Amino acid sequence: MSIAIKADLHDAHSAEHHDEHHDTSGNTLFGFWIYLMTDCILFASVFATYAVLFMNTDGGVSGKDIFELDFVLIETAALLVSSITYGFAMICARHQKKAATLAWLLITFALGCVFITMEVYEFHHLIEHGNGPDRSAFLSAFFALVGMHGLHVTAGLIWMLIMMVEVIKCGLNNRSITRLSCLSLFWHFLDIVWVCVFTVVYLLGVL
Amino acid sequence: MSNAHSSHGEGDFGASVKSYLVGFVLSVILTGIPFWSVMTHSFDHTTTLWIVVAAAIVQIVVHLKYFLHLDFSKEGRINTFSFLFTALIIVMVVGLSVWIIYAANELMM
Repeated sequence: MSIAIKADLHDAHSAEHHDEHHDTSGNTLFGFWIYLMTDCILFASVFATYAVLFMNTDGGVSGKDIFELDFVLIETAALLVSSITYGFAMICARHQKKAATLAWLLITFALGCVFITMEVYEFHHLIEHGNGPDRSAFLSAFFALVGMHGLHVTAGLIWMLIMMVEVIKCGLNNRSITRLSCLSLFWHFLDIVWVCVFTVVYLLGVL
Repeated sequence: MSNAHSSHGEGDFGASVKSYLVGFVLSVILTGIPFWSVMTHSFDHTTTLWIVVAAAIVQIVVHLKYFLHLDFSKEGRINTFSFLFTALIIVMVVGLSVWIIYAANELMM
């Protein structure tokens, strides 16, 4: 409730500053986009590693034995819905609706947490049954690829938490909107990477 | 994507919400089809493989267009071209690595 009251105060405040021109915001976004493109290449090389190693199971389990598609479908749904809720947060931010922005960010954050919790559970379950990353080349590549995506999502969640604090404290000025836009690129980018992960690792692994 | 000032009218608000919703509905369909075809074994192996790969590629394009707002407008063009360049590098890194390693595997059999 206190958030909503504060939002009203800040709306008036940030509306005054909203017309200030911030010429660097376009450059910042482009710079961040270039970073994402390099990150894309990092993911691509790990995908290539997985594609090369996934048949080397050393007599242990293969994708068919350990992947549960119902589980992955729920993970996918959480991430996909979080993508559109972040989009709504972004639209509200551009229209200076602070309370709504925070609410959508919180929903996005919760969905991201659901995803990460499920992934940690899956990893824990695998390691507990002796299928840790040290078991075979396939499992090493699997943990590296899915784990790297998970670490990116975790970083995105920490960033989102910081952005929520910033929006509460400083309101929706040009600087916070630029930062939210960068996080928006990052978050949607991770969803694209996940599309590749569930296609290459899970669906083609079970096929 | 780069302009935080331009959007204020209510009509614009509706338009951006609609764009996200269109992207979301398309993504749900394009996620549902491959999961359904793999889980129910409705088709033979090769057909399923192509359905899954095609759905993924179309879904990536949908995400790029509706969520990341890549386009060929004057301001957005540089983002799109940097992405296309990256895509070229990725095809070379992944495609050629996989080709080389699989060919090497076959020769050593």
